[in-house]
Amino acid sequence: MVYLISIKLREDYSNLIFYLSPLVAVVLTLFFGSFIFLILNLSPIESFKIFFISPISNSYGISELFVKATPLAIIALGLSYCFKNNIYNIGAEGQLTMGAIFGGGIGLLFNDSTSIFLLPLMILFGAIGGALWASIPALLKTKFNTNEILTSLMLTYVALFILDYFVVGPWKDPAGYGLPKSMPFPDAGRLPVLFDGLRIHIGVYFAIIICFITHIVYNKTLFGFKLRVSGLSSKASQYAGFKYKNLIFYTFIISGACAGLAGLFEVSGPIGLLYRDISPNYGFTAIIVAFLGRLNPIGIILSSLLIALTYLGAEDAQLFLKIPSAVGFVFQGLVLFFLLGTDFLNKYKVSIS
Amino acid sequence: MNIELIIGILNIVLISTTPLVFAGIGELVTEKSGVLNLGLEGLMLVGAVTGFITLVLTGNHFYSLFFSIISGVILSGIFAFLVLNLMTNQIATGLALTIFGIGLSAMLGKKFSGTPIEGLNPYYFITISFLLVFLVSYFLFKTKSGLIVRAVGENHNSAYALGYNVIKTRYMTIIFGGIMSSIAGFYISICYAPMWQEGMTAGRGWIALALVVFATWKPWRLLVGAYIFGGVAIMQMNLQAIGVKLPGQFFNMMPYLATIIVLVFISSNKLRLKLSAPASLNIPFEKNQ
Repeated sequence: MVYLISIKLREDYSNLIFYLSPLVAVVLTLFFGSFIFLILNLSPIESFKIFFISPISNSYGISELFVKATPLAIIALGLSYCFKNNIYNIGAEGQLTMGAIFGGGIGLLFNDSTSIFLLPLMILFGAIGGALWASIPALLKTKFNTNEILTSLMLTYVALFILDYFVVGPWKDPAGYGLPKSMPFPDAGRLPVLFDGLRIHIGVYFAIIICFITHIVYNKTLFGFKLRVSGLSSKASQYAGFKYKNLIFYTFIISGACAGLAGLFEVSGPIGLLYRDISPNYGFTAIIVAFLGRLNPIGIILSSLLIALTYLGAEDAQLFLKIPSAVGFVFQGLVLFFLLGTDFLNKYKVSIS
Repeated sequence: MNIELIIGILNIVLISTTPLVFAGIGELVTEKSGVLNLGLEGLMLVGAVTGFITLVLTGNHFYSLFFSIISGVILSGIFAFLVLNLMTNQIATGLALTIFGIGLSAMLGKKFSGTPIEGLNPYYFITISFLLVFLVSYFLFKTKSGLIVRAVGENHNSAYALGYNVIKTRYMTIIFGGIMSSIAGFYISICYAPMWQEGMTAGRGWIALALVVFATWKPWRLLVGAYIFGGVAIMQMNLQAIGVKLPGQFFNMMPYLATIIVLVFISSNKLRLKLSAPASLNIPFEKNQ
């Protein structure tokens, strides 16, 4: 018997498969993950318990889940504007860093301030810093036609070196025993926490508000409609008279501002000062979050919680299973592989005859 | 400065730049065929750790290199399957590969880190790297197969219409890139360090990526660019040693800034862009259109 596999472009667009495929990807990742645990001579069930259940089995853990999910959600929500428009800003890590430098810089400049306006000013500058950094690839793209993927990626490393320069140079804490870190921000420049003794902070509210606004923009505004059209076909959008260059610019600015905001929240929230490693790859991981959430605002919130769990699980795995916390990256990589793979079924109909 | 110091510095530049040449020339061939692989850093790390573990277990440098290459073939094969057969987004798939590779290499290498090994003489690989640039340049611009690779990268629909197998060609170039990256990783953990440490490639994968653009997709320029990038990194240490007051981070960001400037220069002119960048870069090939 001969089987022929035929692959055809789907004519009937299936919403069910579109929203189901992230779940399939997660299940496949867990399946593959248990395989990896077996190779490492660990019981998959025990390991999964340590990885996915025990980190969030108490209030501290749940608070930490939100601490990690907040920056991921905010960045991914911003990135969704770019991705919807088919513009690949992959430099969110750099924009996050610039937001931390700008906003954190304000905190260090007024380090004896007790004003209630200090924190709002820092937040504003955080967003401006991220937006400015994102405007560079946007300008280069619209003025000189440069590839935004490459420029935004390159600028990430430039931003990381700028932060490094500040914390080992001019902003180094004189009382910090020569360590590469700034002095702590004043209390007025710290992000309020939601509950005493836990690290969950008001950034969560920002994430929810941004999610809400994004939902409205995508579904109820002309801007959201333009994004969708030009994402499907930039030519069609130009024929329709939309200013495509402006769209590129705005989406970059929005995603940069969000990333900058997330960066400022990190340094004025859980960290409290500036130093080299302010972000455990949030800017890159948020790309996974955005795709896993199908560029849908609510989907992004859900996927940010899931990916945040891989960070927490990895920390626990290091403690209790004695495997490096980088195992979290294995899961993140796998889930993206599987998601991209299952997307195939979304676009094409596979039939075996 | 005396002559011995200069020779010493040149020697260090030679030794430290070679992985950039390997990873860069591999990516150059991949990109020439129209595929952008952002997974270099992951490929290098897995190549480095596989080579290291094999060497610890067998004590044989040949097996070590062999399994390092195999790891590159497998990982880049997965990447190729995803972007070519399943037509996934190249950017996202490459990032997934890098993130996965960082995690996998750290997990595999944990047990072995700190084990002393007998390193390999780097000069073999340095010699091979120069030869490689010559061979790739010859292949791309003087052979028929090279012409097919470039045709596929310029316009995959035309190449397909002419009867060339776009998918097969890209499988070859992606796997070639994967092998080169894993050799770069092998070189770092076996010849350069020689040891294993989590994340030891330290961003060289991204510099190699920048390098391909900096070189405007030309093999000989890539070699020159690699030595400029490598030289700048070494110069930073030495300049600070002799008391030049420029922050080191300034030198570290030079390769990235230089790449952006080159990119702006070639992109601002349509003809120049056509002459440098493969036109089908990062555009998925769909046979059924």
